Amino acid sequence: MNKFYQLLFTVILFGLISISGCATIPKDALSLSPESLAQRQMQTRKYETKDEAKILAACAGLLQDMGFNIDESETKLGVITSSKMRSAVSAGQQVAAVFVALLGGGYMPTDKEQKMRASVITRPIGERGEHIAVRVTFQRIVWNTQGQVTTSESLTDPKIYQEFFDKLSKSIFLEAQEI
Amino acid sequence: MKNKAGLILIVFSLLVVGCATTQQRLLDSDSSQVQLRSIQTRAFETTDKEKTLRTIMSTLQDLGFVIDKADATLGTVSATKLKNYALRITVTVRPRGETQLLVRANAQYNVQPVTDPEPYQQFFASLEKAMFLTAHQVD
Repeated sequence: MNKFYQLLFTVILFGLISISGCATIPKDALSLSPESLAQRQMQTRKYETKDEAKILAACAGLLQDMGFNIDESETKLGVITSSKMRSAVSAGQQVAAVFVALLGGGYMPTDKEQKMRASVITRPIGERGEHIAVRVTFQRIVWNTQGQVTTSESLTDPKIYQEFFDKLSKSIFLEAQEI
Repeated sequence: MKNKAGLILIVFSLLVVGCATTQQRLLDSDSSQVQLRSIQTRAFETTDKEKTLRTIMSTLQDLGFVIDKADATLGTVSATKLKNYALRITVTVRPRGETQLLVRANAQYNVQPVTDPEPYQQFFASLEKAMFLTAHQVD
């Protein structure tokens, strides 16, 4: 009898684990986080112009400079989305994998490639829409040598955004000069 | 003893059938259509579709989404949030009567539809603030 309950318990436990495979959405996934304001400031710059199309064109040019391919765009709403595939092989992981193999740990999957996405949204701000705000957001997905996703995240390093907007200022200048 | 084995088998199969069968997932018709619409839809007192779409995109960005695509004519925006999970959302805007716009959002978390009212309430709460307008429940 005891064995029967043990078995029943195991079965229920296993069943619960397999159900939790379809886990539900985290509570905070669609609510504003305390960092959201700081992130918005980091990801946004204001330009003194009314010409949204010109800014968008400059952004498209800059994304191309950085090796992104444009996926979608909607000029009426100030949207450009772009992506690129790059290698995600890191020396550290490779060395670790070799050590694991040498120590008899067998094959260890390492990061292989990543898809990086950039999306630029512009919008007129100010009372008469006399400025254009540009907000860029980046994210990436990393796959390992077995094709499994190992990382999927938003990129929040301030340096990335600083560099992007430094380049955008140059790009806007270049577009204006038509070089 | 045979009975007990049968019981275990029944309990096990009930637990495993927790998720819908693969074919049902195409139309996801297990949840009530009317109920889902009311969870996912709000009405706003404005007729400016373009501004509403722009505000929706800005709200989604505040929530950590990256915009995938947008269409001003159709009035849709799709976006994805990656945070070691993939949350994909589509928001549509269409006119309702002469003075209102209907905003509807539907989301998918990894490989499942989001059918809980709570995440949508949170989304519309953020959108309300950005729109400076009240989101009205639609019956």
